Amino acid sequence: MAAEAPKDKVEGLAEKVHVWPYLVRVEFLCALFTIIGLTVWSIVIDAPLEEAANPTKTPNPSKAPWYFLGLQDILVYFDPWFAGVVAPVLIIVGLMLIPYLDINPKGNGYYTYTERKVAIWVYSFGFLVLWIALIIMGVFLRGPGWNLFMPWQYWDPHKVVALTSVDLPYAFGVRTYNMAMLFGGVVIGGYFALGTAAYLFLERKAIKAVGLLRMLIKVQLYLIMIGIVIKIVLRLGFNIKYVWVTPWFNI
Amino acid sequence: MAAKKPEIPSIADLVAKVKSGEIFDEIKKVIVESQVWTSSFRHGYADTPRNRVLQIASNVWLHLHPVKIHRHALRIKFTWCMGGITFLLFLSTVVTGVILMFYYRPVGEYAYFDMKYLQYDVPFGMLMRNMHRWAAHAMVITVWLHMFRVFLTGSYKPPREFNWVIGVFLVTFTLLLSFTGYLLPWDQLAMWAVTVGTNMARATPFLGNEGPFAEYVGVTPRYDARSVLLGGSLVGPPALLRFYVLHCIFIPLVAGALMIVHFWRIRKDGGISGPL
Repeated sequence: MAAEAPKDKVEGLAEKVHVWPYLVRVEFLCALFTIIGLTVWSIVIDAPLEEAANPTKTPNPSKAPWYFLGLQDILVYFDPWFAGVVAPVLIIVGLMLIPYLDINPKGNGYYTYTERKVAIWVYSFGFLVLWIALIIMGVFLRGPGWNLFMPWQYWDPHKVVALTSVDLPYAFGVRTYNMAMLFGGVVIGGYFALGTAAYLFLERKAIKAVGLLRMLIKVQLYLIMIGIVIKIVLRLGFNIKYVWVTPWFNI
Repeated sequence: MAAKKPEIPSIADLVAKVKSGEIFDEIKKVIVESQVWTSSFRHGYADTPRNRVLQIASNVWLHLHPVKIHRHALRIKFTWCMGGITFLLFLSTVVTGVILMFYYRPVGEYAYFDMKYLQYDVPFGMLMRNMHRWAAHAMVITVWLHMFRVFLTGSYKPPREFNWVIGVFLVTFTLLLSFTGYLLPWDQLAMWAVTVGTNMARATPFLGNEGPFAEYVGVTPRYDARSVLLGGSLVGPPALLRFYVLHCIFIPLVAGALMIVHFWRIRKDGGISGPL
């Protein structure tokens, strides 16, 4: 975006340099280009203003602000209590926990992939796929009824999408409510229990160095993240609506 | 004896001084040595190491910086300049936002027409509105990129863990600032985007009337997490006023305070991160 300090000049400098002029110069140019960019953008493109707010006229589709569309898209696969409340809280808390969970001392203050592959994969997957890609999908590909439309397709408000999804216990032949609840609970509980056990087993050598509590929290966050992907695949690939249905909540 | 009269310089002398440039040096000397000048500017501008230090240390705006930094911190490839750009965009929204506040009333009957007035009648109103909105959107993007950069460089690692946590709060407040501002145009886009967003609050476990376990708490559509946010059970004029106050006063103050901590901690944690 902004002019870079010429490389050979920077390399030729002492280890520590005066902020004035070396840094202030870069900041000034950065600020200048940003303000010019913002001004030109604001002259060329007008902010949208639609008709006056009307509580009796619901647009289809109704979309949240674009930066929340990743979460709104998760609503297809999860109930609002998870997609709209628990997931954002988990994202915020999980992000805050990163420095306390990732105690790999390498890669502190410089770019490196080889010294911290897992960390970079996890963050990039969460940020680029689960956040950015879902936002792009929500902005450009979600039309009336929150149905998927390719950019060249007409946004048909009467598009018929077969609602053939069933709950996971039903797909496995469980027909009574209580048994289905039990089945779902076993599946979800088993997923977290087996996932945790497998992780601790595979990383058993690291337990002493990293600490059990740290590893337990880390693997729960991993499992939730992977679980979201699994749920998306189950829904899109196998028409599964809920895995676990209870009188209080559904997952 | 009469007092000695000041000498009147001859025209020829003056012309000679102008021609040689000497007069400009004399004028400069008078100005630079005046009480007004010396009280305003504490040091010279000549490029000496001392002045380079004073330029930062004796300037209230620049003293946020250390006077010397590691040379790697100059590399745009390292910092992407995203933190600084985010702050600059925040300042842009503050300036344009205050201007917009002169013309906008957060009242159900007026808000939308004030927007129209701003766009069509107020000189540069449309430009101010555009800059405010686009800076806000850009800020959301730059703050994410800043966070991505900080992650990729491992800059959250000791001793900077706490500042990362402050940063996560700031990301959240950036989104909340943008979200509360989204309602204020009071058009269809605003009302329904905020309806979709705030509908989530009624699914809050325990505290939302449609959330899990709500029946044990006894919350109702008129009295739950969502109604606290909206001041009612739908996105109406009370919600507009609430979002306005949150947008213009509460969140900027909290975010501003956190920014102070964030910047201060960069210094206290040993400056911008880098290879040890």
